[in-house]
Amino acid sequence: MDLINAIVVLANFVIVPATAYGAQLALGALGVTLIYGILRFSNFAHGDTMAFGAMVTILVTWALQGAGITLGPLPTALLALPVGIAATALLVIGTDRVVYRFYRQQKAKPVIYVIASLGVMFIMNGLVRFIIGVGDQRFADGERFIISARTFRSMTGLDEALAIRTSQGLTLVIAVIAVALLFWFLNKTRTGKSMRAFSDNEDLALLSGINPEKVVLVTWIIVAALATTAGVLYGLDKSFKPFTYFQLLLPIFASAIVGGLGNPLGAIAGGFVIAFSEISVTYAFRRFAAHLLPESWQPEGLMQLLSTDYKFAVSFAILLIVLLFKPTGLFKGKSV
Amino acid sequence: MTRIAPRNLILFGLVAVLYIATGVMQSWNTTLTILNMGLISAVMALGVNMQWGYAGLFNVGILGFTALGGVAAVIVSMPPVPEAWAAGGPRILLALLIGAATIFAASQAWKRLPAGVLRVAAMLAVLIGGFILYRAIFDPARDAVESVNPALTGYLGGLGLPIVLAWPVGGLFAAGAAWIVGKTALGLRSDYLAIATLGIAEIILAVLKNEDWMARGVKNVTGLPRPVPYEIDLQNADWFLSLSDRLGVSAVTFSSITVKLSYAALFTVVLLLLIWMTQMALNSPWGRMMRAIRDNEVSSEAMGKDVTRRHLQIFILGSAVCGLAGAMMTTLDGQLVPGTYNPLRFTFLIWVMVIVGGSGNNWGSVLGGFLIWWLWIMVEPIGLWLIQTLTAGMAEDNALRVHLIDSAAHMRLLTMGVFLLVMLRFNPRGLIPER
Repeated sequence: MDLINAIVVLANFVIVPATAYGAQLALGALGVTLIYGILRFSNFAHGDTMAFGAMVTILVTWALQGAGITLGPLPTALLALPVGIAATALLVIGTDRVVYRFYRQQKAKPVIYVIASLGVMFIMNGLVRFIIGVGDQRFADGERFIISARTFRSMTGLDEALAIRTSQGLTLVIAVIAVALLFWFLNKTRTGKSMRAFSDNEDLALLSGINPEKVVLVTWIIVAALATTAGVLYGLDKSFKPFTYFQLLLPIFASAIVGGLGNPLGAIAGGFVIAFSEISVTYAFRRFAAHLLPESWQPEGLMQLLSTDYKFAVSFAILLIVLLFKPTGLFKGKSV
Repeated sequence: MTRIAPRNLILFGLVAVLYIATGVMQSWNTTLTILNMGLISAVMALGVNMQWGYAGLFNVGILGFTALGGVAAVIVSMPPVPEAWAAGGPRILLALLIGAATIFAASQAWKRLPAGVLRVAAMLAVLIGGFILYRAIFDPARDAVESVNPALTGYLGGLGLPIVLAWPVGGLFAAGAAWIVGKTALGLRSDYLAIATLGIAEIILAVLKNEDWMARGVKNVTGLPRPVPYEIDLQNADWFLSLSDRLGVSAVTFSSITVKLSYAALFTVVLLLLIWMTQMALNSPWGRMMRAIRDNEVSSEAMGKDVTRRHLQIFILGSAVCGLAGAMMTTLDGQLVPGTYNPLRFTFLIWVMVIVGGSGNNWGSVLGGFLIWWLWIMVEPIGLWLIQTLTAGMAEDNALRVHLIDSAAHMRLLTMGVFLLVMLRFNPRGLIPER
């Protein structure tokens, strides 16, 4: 019996990584949910928007590193992030002008937007592969750990260690800042309020003189910022590979739906629900149990519910459960 | 059937010219390779067109249904592995049965018991108990099967039946998966079906890659039996040699062309059969009902049609066609390689085919299948040539030039995206529009 060690193991392998991953998913899901709320379609190009933003940031990071500019203990990518956001904002606004605006004027059905977003996805995906290639790119620099395993052990004298990587801490801090900014914007500013009004009831919003094009423009800029931030944080935490970003689409959609599509608060909650279930279902609890159970009860197997290869199955299963029992999501989202 | 409009004949003629030009300029072997996949693509496009064109259902899980067809090909045609069966075959089947029974029992518990905490607790108890039992039987059996000569087999093998039988079986597998997805996601917003199908495709692929006992996972199953003769047998047959002599071509080339032609003949039969069936269905009262539902769900419901049920029906049928195409494709490849199943290629490309060809029109989808598949293959060499010409002024080792030439392969995604968007915007009814 060793409760503290057990908790440390759990924190190291489940709680810390899931919190970071959850924050990344939440940022991605916020983008999806905003587009859904304002433009009323599921954007299949969102994963590739994240990839594009991350790619620009990586290129700028490399240029900065080449010029000898770094942020010391923090990753240089933070310095490059605004450039990435600006480039992505330009790209998505351009996409909106060229592709989506036409369908808005036509008042097309949502599913037409979704198909258009497939086309956009193809193009963005091709663009990213064309510019940076399909391989893995590492761009993290600076201090690797906030607390390394060795420091933690010598500090506490425990057998198990809790290591927190800089990218994990950074993810949480930036996500909190981004979400705080977003909610301040949505709740306090005039433009934010008009966005919420537009999302709640388009006709009434138009009637009260809200300019729909301005709302859409601002939405895309916010979405670009959120997507790029999510993409860069995910890339710093794991690594950048265009195809992984495409695959992130499923957990991100699942997060947005679990929380209730169109509801920003729900997107955040959904991100953490998905991340925690994904990681705890695929984590082998053997070492955790080993600390808690008496010697003779030691588990033989790994105590793993599903192998890590099935992590997508977890988000899918949660998605199905939500669709079956509560299609509007945990927080009340848009109608079904 | 009504008369065929001359415009459509011209369009099909133009696509035929593309294929023939490839044959003349490159080689007939290449043309036939493209044609065979073109035929399969046309079948897939027909399946998607049933869902999207008839009923307006948005399926982005084509990849998963195709992969299930591939599994069917392995399970039906490969010879069984008796050692593996002896090691754990029956136990695996038992475990799978227990899994299915658990889910059934849980759903019954949910349906029969009165709402409340008790119901939730009972369902969870059934699920957790069933899962533990399932894993207890399944895990050792799986390890036993997978340890039987892992380099060559390590899986249960198949039934050793002719591979053509796998085509309808592939359709059945896909229909089963479609039933699960459709049951949950249909009747909700259209986007939900899209996301649910995206998910099921990822999961089917994950199962395919990881469940080695079933189809060897990423170790791939190669050397599937063929429905057509092998080149080497043809080259050793006297009648074949004398025939190729009389035609004045080398026996090697001729044998490979003969084999490809035989595949093409088989696939054409399937395609024609499907076109006939889909055309009949489309022009029947059932087809008109489907289109009525697509165009106005509310009024169809008022007419007493069960919209969700009809949607489920067509969703299953369309997915079954995709599964059939998947089995055909694995037959053509002669191997099942889960690593090659890429959603951009298997799901979204089919969508480009349907949209470009003409949604709601079976002939349009077939045309789109042939045209887009040809472009998909040809954009790469064309893009390479284009970039080489454009950068011809630069030095051989210019970094930008090298990068551009290396990246030329990714041009095809860009091109397909542009095709889709342009078509959707300027000609949303497609090349051969619905009448």
